[in-house]
Amino acid sequence: MKTNDVILQTVTTIVSFIIILFSIQLFFAGHYTPGGGFIGGLMSSGALVLLLLAFDIKTVNTILPIDYRLLTAIGLLLAVGTGAGALLFDVPFLTHAYDYFHLPLLGETSLHTAVIFDTGVYFVVIGITMTIIQTIGVSE
Amino acid sequence: MTLLHWAIVSPFLFAILIPFLYKAFRNVHTGWFVLLLPVALFTYFFQFIPITRNGDTVKETLEWMPSFGINFIAYVDGLGLLFAMLITGIGSLVVLYSIYYLDKKKEQLHNFYVYLMMFMGAMLGVVLSDNLIVLYMFWEFTSISSFLLIGYWYHRERSRYGAQKSMLITVFGGLSMLGGFLLLYLMGGTFSIRELVVQADQLMTQALFLPALLLVLLGAFTKSAQFPFHIWLPDAMEAPTPVSAYLHSATMVKAGIYLVARLSPVFAESSVWLWLVGGVGIFTLFWGSFNAVKQTDLKGILAFSTVSQLGLIMSLLGVGAAALHYTQLDENIYMVATLAAVFHLINHATFKGSLFMVVGIIDHETGTRDIRKLGGLMNFMPITFTIAIIGAFSMAGLPPFNGFLSKEMFFTGMVRVLEMDIFNLDTFGMIFPLLAWVGSVFTFIYSMLLVFKTFTGKHQPEKLEKKPHEAPLGMLISPIILASLVVIFGFFPNILSERIIEPAVAAITPSLIQEGHAVETHISFWHGFTPELFMTFGVILFGVLLYLLLPSWKKVYTWIPERFTLNSFYDGGLIRSERGAKNFTSGYMTGFIRTYLVYIFSFLIAISLFAMWFKGAFAIETKDLSPVGVYEIAIALLLVISSVTILFAKSRLTSIISLGAAGYTVSLFFVLFRAPDLALTQLVIETVSVALFLLCFYHLPQLSRHEERMRFKLGNALISIGVGLVVALFAISSYSSKLFESISKYYIENTHDKAGGENMVNVILVDFRGFDTMFEICVLAIAALGIFSMIKLRLTRRDEG
Repeated sequence: MKTNDVILQTVTTIVSFIIILFSIQLFFAGHYTPGGGFIGGLMSSGALVLLLLAFDIKTVNTILPIDYRLLTAIGLLLAVGTGAGALLFDVPFLTHAYDYFHLPLLGETSLHTAVIFDTGVYFVVIGITMTIIQTIGVSE
Repeated sequence: MTLLHWAIVSPFLFAILIPFLYKAFRNVHTGWFVLLLPVALFTYFFQFIPITRNGDTVKETLEWMPSFGINFIAYVDGLGLLFAMLITGIGSLVVLYSIYYLDKKKEQLHNFYVYLMMFMGAMLGVVLSDNLIVLYMFWEFTSISSFLLIGYWYHRERSRYGAQKSMLITVFGGLSMLGGFLLLYLMGGTFSIRELVVQADQLMTQALFLPALLLVLLGAFTKSAQFPFHIWLPDAMEAPTPVSAYLHSATMVKAGIYLVARLSPVFAESSVWLWLVGGVGIFTLFWGSFNAVKQTDLKGILAFSTVSQLGLIMSLLGVGAAALHYTQLDENIYMVATLAAVFHLINHATFKGSLFMVVGIIDHETGTRDIRKLGGLMNFMPITFTIAIIGAFSMAGLPPFNGFLSKEMFFTGMVRVLEMDIFNLDTFGMIFPLLAWVGSVFTFIYSMLLVFKTFTGKHQPEKLEKKPHEAPLGMLISPIILASLVVIFGFFPNILSERIIEPAVAAITPSLIQEGHAVETHISFWHGFTPELFMTFGVILFGVLLYLLLPSWKKVYTWIPERFTLNSFYDGGLIRSERGAKNFTSGYMTGFIRTYLVYIFSFLIAISLFAMWFKGAFAIETKDLSPVGVYEIAIALLLVISSVTILFAKSRLTSIISLGAAGYTVSLFFVLFRAPDLALTQLVIETVSVALFLLCFYHLPQLSRHEERMRFKLGNALISIGVGLVVALFAISSYSSKLFESISKYYIENTHDKAGGENMVNVILVDFRGFDTMFEICVLAIAALGIFSMIKLRLTRRDEG
């Protein structure tokens, strides 16, 4: 049976962008306000799940041709790499560093290596959520 | 490593070479190569005689584990030397005999000689080690190698049975002995026997002395086949005859004797020692000789006869300990028992070795060992017959063979028990000479049976597999040498006395020697008309009488029904313990997870309650409590309602929804207790997990999908209430007894300054404790990959398709 989901699909196209934006906000604000990599990642995958609900898996895969298992691996690599990077500067594993920089467009900004670590967490969470949901989704 | 150490381990090293020799020289019997080593060792040990004769000893130390006090100390004194010469001497003869006994084409000779060399090295190690742990190590080597030798014909069921039985019994004893050694170490602080002997008086007074004594004796009794552990020895007769001759008459079974003799200076002052060693020995003597008469297998007779003779030596060692209590006597009349023990030890090795070889020859040449089939072999094998007569008469204690002399001394020792006035020996001591005499009568009977049922009487060629004829010369050499030793020691016993027996006796009773009691080792043929002479007359008289009347009193043996024998106790015990263990395991290992959960939770309740009660840890402290607001109460009520709904819901769907409700309520709690990060995460995660639950619910199989309420089980209810209570008690108690301040102040102060953040939770997660987070995302990744592979990887379906 073919149903006409035009309302759902239209709403989804708008709402998923808002959710993604919110999740990115949660992720970047994590160091100062509630949020961070974990919840940000879950939120982003929520947007992707919404897309999956409104369209089908094939369509979503054509729009976002991402291998989520690879994404998980990249996330883990980022997290471990941040930790290992500290060793280059002769400090213990996973020592973070931060400082304030003057960037052209953003002005006075704080840059923190913990954000790279959090990016790893973010990627892993998206990766695993989507792997689980897609795997279960396509199995009979 | 000194030459002495090399000598002890040389059989082990040589054993490595044997398989190569076997493969390289297929035409030469491997035994010829092997023969060289024991002969060389025997000559080497022969050179020690002048040293020990002067009362000197040789001690060489090789450090092995010095930090534990375990060193390979090779120690040669009279006793060790006597045993070393027995082992190598009889070892040479047995190897020579086995060359003719075992066929080089049909048998796996490399296995045989490897095991035999292992055994010889192990025995040398046992008798020449001064360190208890090294002694124990070699002791277990003898158990293992004799296990391998008994099971040499492993395709026979009886061989495997005998090997297993001897292994179980001797290893049981060996392990007890290790326990005894460790107790000795705890008391004396050293593993060295020499040093323990020095402390003997001080050890006597300690509480662990008696357990140590009992455990060590358990080891000695199992190895030496004393009652009731003798049952393995008759079954060990399934081994090839050279093995029986070597292990089960001359060497291994004497390891227990050696141990008793060696540790006599440590333990012998105790009355328990005298009574146990003497009593068990004398009873074994009686029981072994009594049972030997009913055997129909020649090796069976010899096995029980070995048991009985070992009992004789053991009882002499026990009674000899009495000498320590009569140091005031100028001529210590009780020393004769120890002397007799050593002398009989040598004699037994000679005549029993030759008898086993004779039986091997009969088996080899006629194809049977059953005395009911044999008879009239005298004319076919005259040499074998002569050897058998010498051996058997010596065993029976008839003049002019060496057995007569040691038997006389044995009676002397036993009769003198009557004169003792220690340890109740004046009242119960009567059983020693009595049992000794009765045992000797039976010894006489079976010795006669052995010779006359085999060699005289009617020849029954129809029952024999082969036509009997005299054995080849090579097979006869060894028994001839042993038999001539029997005669030589019989006529000239004093060639042994000063050279070998005296140092050995000195080693068994060192304290007496130090006090200047000269050991009177002169063995004379004629004592005059002493009670023991009349006892011997009685033995011969009654022996002949009972031998002739044997058919009329043989019914005695049917008095003990089959199921009350020690063997059936052993077999039954083995079966019962196996069955019991199986029933026990299948009783509690039900295979149901719910049962195991019941065990786990009951244990949790029991151990927690016990720990809290035992430590008096329960405490309630109210001063730290925060005020409870109306929101908390409301949310808590919601939580309780949803939890109760989960339990009592009829449909699973309701339970899932209630679970979701509980989860969202928890996130409300997080909001209330000001944990925004947790609240956010909890909300999303709860949503995902409820969705997954619904997925599972949707895919439940149609067949057994009953909508029914959870059934009530009282046990489960009690256990869950118990767990809840215990955890609640724990929480209250631990909240009430805070031991120190929280470390959270550090985080509050440093989140901004050191980590450049404001959200403390996130800073802790990625910065202060980022290590944990790293592995948590690993856990998530593993879970995702696990789900992926569980769903995608369908090996069974691939096989079907």
